[in-house]
Amino acid sequence: MLSLKQRRSLNTLLMGVLAWGVALAIFFPIFWMLLTSFKTEIDAFATPPQLFFSPTLENYTLVNERSDYLHFAWNSVVVSFGSTIIGMMLAVPAAYSMAFFETKRTKGTLLWMLSTKMLPPVGVLVPIYLLFKDTGLLDTKTGLVIIYTLINLPIMIWMAYTYFKEIPKEVLEAARMDGSTLFQEIWRVLLPMSKGGLAATVLLSLILSWNEAFWSLNLTASEAAPLTALIASYSSPEGLFWAKLSAVSTLACAPILIFGWISQKQLVRGLSFGAVK
Amino acid sequence: MANLTIKNLKKSFGDIEILKGIDLEIKDNEFVVFVGPSGCGKSTLLRSIAGLEDVTSGHIMLDHKEITDLAPAKRDLAMVFQSYALYPHMSVRKNMSFALELAKENKEVISTKVSEAARILELEPLLERKPKELSGGQRQRVAIGRAIVRQPKVFLFDEPLSNLDAALRVQMRLELARLHHDLNATMIYVTHDQVEAMTLADKVVVLNQGRIEQVGTPLELYRNPANRFVAGFLGMPKMSFLPGNVTAIDASSVTVELTSGASVTLPAASEHLRKGSAVTVGVRPENIDVVEPSESSLTGYMDIAESLGSDTYCYVKTDGQETLTVRMPGNFACNYGDRIGLRLHVDECHLFDEQGNAVQKPSRMAA
Ligand SMILES: Nc1ncnc2c1ncn2[C@@H]1O[C@H](COP(=O)(O)OP(=O)(O)OP(=O)(O)O)[C@@H](O)[C@H]1O
Ligand SMILES: [Mg+2]
Repeated sequence: MLSLKQRRSLNTLLMGVLAWGVALAIFFPIFWMLLTSFKTEIDAFATPPQLFFSPTLENYTLVNERSDYLHFAWNSVVVSFGSTIIGMMLAVPAAYSMAFFETKRTKGTLLWMLSTKMLPPVGVLVPIYLLFKDTGLLDTKTGLVIIYTLINLPIMIWMAYTYFKEIPKEVLEAARMDGSTLFQEIWRVLLPMSKGGLAATVLLSLILSWNEAFWSLNLTASEAAPLTALIASYSSPEGLFWAKLSAVSTLACAPILIFGWISQKQLVRGLSFGAVK
Repeated sequence: MANLTIKNLKKSFGDIEILKGIDLEIKDNEFVVFVGPSGCGKSTLLRSIAGLEDVTSGHIMLDHKEITDLAPAKRDLAMVFQSYALYPHMSVRKNMSFALELAKENKEVISTKVSEAARILELEPLLERKPKELSGGQRQRVAIGRAIVRQPKVFLFDEPLSNLDAALRVQMRLELARLHHDLNATMIYVTHDQVEAMTLADKVVVLNQGRIEQVGTPLELYRNPANRFVAGFLGMPKMSFLPGNVTAIDASSVTVELTSGASVTLPAASEHLRKGSAVTVGVRPENIDVVEPSESSLTGYMDIAESLGSDTYCYVKTDGQETLTVRMPGNFACNYGDRIGLRLHVDECHLFDEQGNAVQKPSRMAA
C-alpha cells in the first residue's frame, strides 16, 4: 500500500508525464516542419525519415528569391489586426448589452450566433464569392477584413460575454451613480476590469485570422493574399517540394508563434475563463 | 435642499407587480429607513429612486423637479451598495475621486475633498491600497467615502452593514448616525435589521409586498402600529398575539374573551366592532407580568426561558395553547413546566380587528 503522500506525488508525476506527452504530440508537427525546412529536398524525402542531417538554408534563400515574403506578411498583419480591431469594437458593446441587460432572447441570440459557426464555410462560398465579385471586394484586404470580422465575431462576442458575466453589475451601477456616461462606464470601469479576458479574446481573434486559409485562398489572388495563400502557392504546380513548403510554412507561422509565446500568460489566464485568478 | 416626493410609484418585472403604488414624502435632512421582510421590494424602491430601475408608472420628484426618467448620473444621488461595489482596479483614493473627476472638478478641490472624507472615515493610511487589500469594514468605509466626497442631494444605502460582523456593525451604525448628524444630509437606508431601523431613523417606512404599511417615527410605529403586520414586524422579541372574541363593548373599552377562556378588558374606541367580532390582542413582552396562578384568569405553563443577562425572555404556553413572550429581569428564576398566572398591562395592549387593522384607542389615551 502507498501512503496518501506517496499516492499524491505519484499522481503529480503521472499528470506531468501526460501533460508533457500531449504537449509534445501537439508540438511535434511544428518541430518536424522546422526540421524539414533545413533539409535538402532529397533528405526531406528519405525513408526512413532522418533526424540527423547537415542543415542548409537553401530553402529559405529560394523562397525569398521566388516570392515577396514581406508583401504576404504585411497582408496577414493588416487583415488580422484590422479584423480584430473592428471585431472588438462590435463585440464589446454587443457583449455588454447581453451580459448586463439580459432579456428573454439573449440566450437564444448567443446560441444562434454560435450556430453560424456550425455551417461548413464551403456551403456559402458561392454566394459570398459572387457578392464579393459584384462589390469589387475580391482580392482586397478590405474584403478579407470584413469576412474575418464576421466569422470571428460570434466567438469574440461569446468570449467577451463570458468575461463580462463575471463582473458584478453593481460596480457598473456604482459608476452610473457616480455620473459616468455609457462610454465612460465601459471604457473606465468595464474594460479595465475585464482586460485579462479581453486580451485573450484579442489574441484568439488574431490567431484565428492569421491562420485562416479557406476564405483567403478563395477570395484573394495576389494583391491581398496573406501568408496562408503563400504557403498554398508552394504546394501545387510543380509537384510537392517538402523542404521548400516547410520553409515557407515556418516563415508563415513564426510571427504568430512568437507573438503567442510572448503573450501566453494572458492567453492561458483568459482561456481558463476566469477560473484561475 | 433635498425634498424627495414619490407619487403612486409602480414597478413590475414582467407580469409581476413588485411595487404597487408607493406614496412617500422625504424631507430635507431626514434619515429615512425602509424596512420590511425579504422580497417586499425595499431594494427595488431604492433602485427606482436611484434611477437604476425604470419604473412602470408614477412620479419621483426631487425638490419639485421631476426626475422619474432621468439617467442615474443626472440625479445627483449617491448610493452605497450592500456588496460595496468598489472599483477593483482603482486605489482607494481613485475610488473616491472618480465621481469628481467625471464631473471635471479641478485637481486641488478633488484632493481636498478626498482628504477630508478620508479623515472623517479614518481611511488616510489606506488611500493607496486597492480594494482587495482591505477588510470588509474598511471596504464599507471606502464605499461610504465614495458617496460623501460628492456631497450628493440624497444618500441611498442598501443594507450597507449586512456583510459585517456583529461588533463592526454596531460600530458602523454609530458612525453612520454621527455622519448623518455631521453632514446634515438626507439619507435613505434599506435594512431588515430592526435595531438599525429603530436607532438610525427619523422616519421608518414599513413595506410589505410592495405596499407601504405605515410611516412614522420609530417610537410612533412601536407604540401605535397601524396594523398587525407592523406590530409583529417591529420589536425584538416579537409582540405576542392572542386571538379572541368580543364579548362586551362600551364607549371606551372592549372586553375580549381569549381562546383560553380568560377575559381581558382593553381601552378601545371602535365603531365597527360588534359583540362576537373576531379580534386579536397584541401584547409586547415588556407589558406582561408574571403573577401567582390564583391572581389572574390568564394562566399557563412556563416553556423555555432565554437568559440574556440583563433580561430573561420567558416563553409561556397559555391554557388556550397560545404562546406568549414575557420579558422578566435578568435574575428571574423559573423552571420549565412551572404553572404561572399572567397579567397584561391592558393600557399598553393593542387590539386588532379581523382584517388586522389596529382598533383606535379612546382619544384621551392616544399617545
Ligand atoms: N431584476 C428582477 N427581475 C425580476 N424580479 C425581480 C428583479 N429584481 C427583484 N425582483 C423581485 O422583486 C421582489 C422584490 O425584490 P427586492 O430586491 O426589492 O426585495 P428586498 O425587499 O430588497 O428584499 P431583501 O431584503 O431580500 O433584499 C422579489 O420578489 C424579487 O424576486
Ligand atoms: Mg434588498
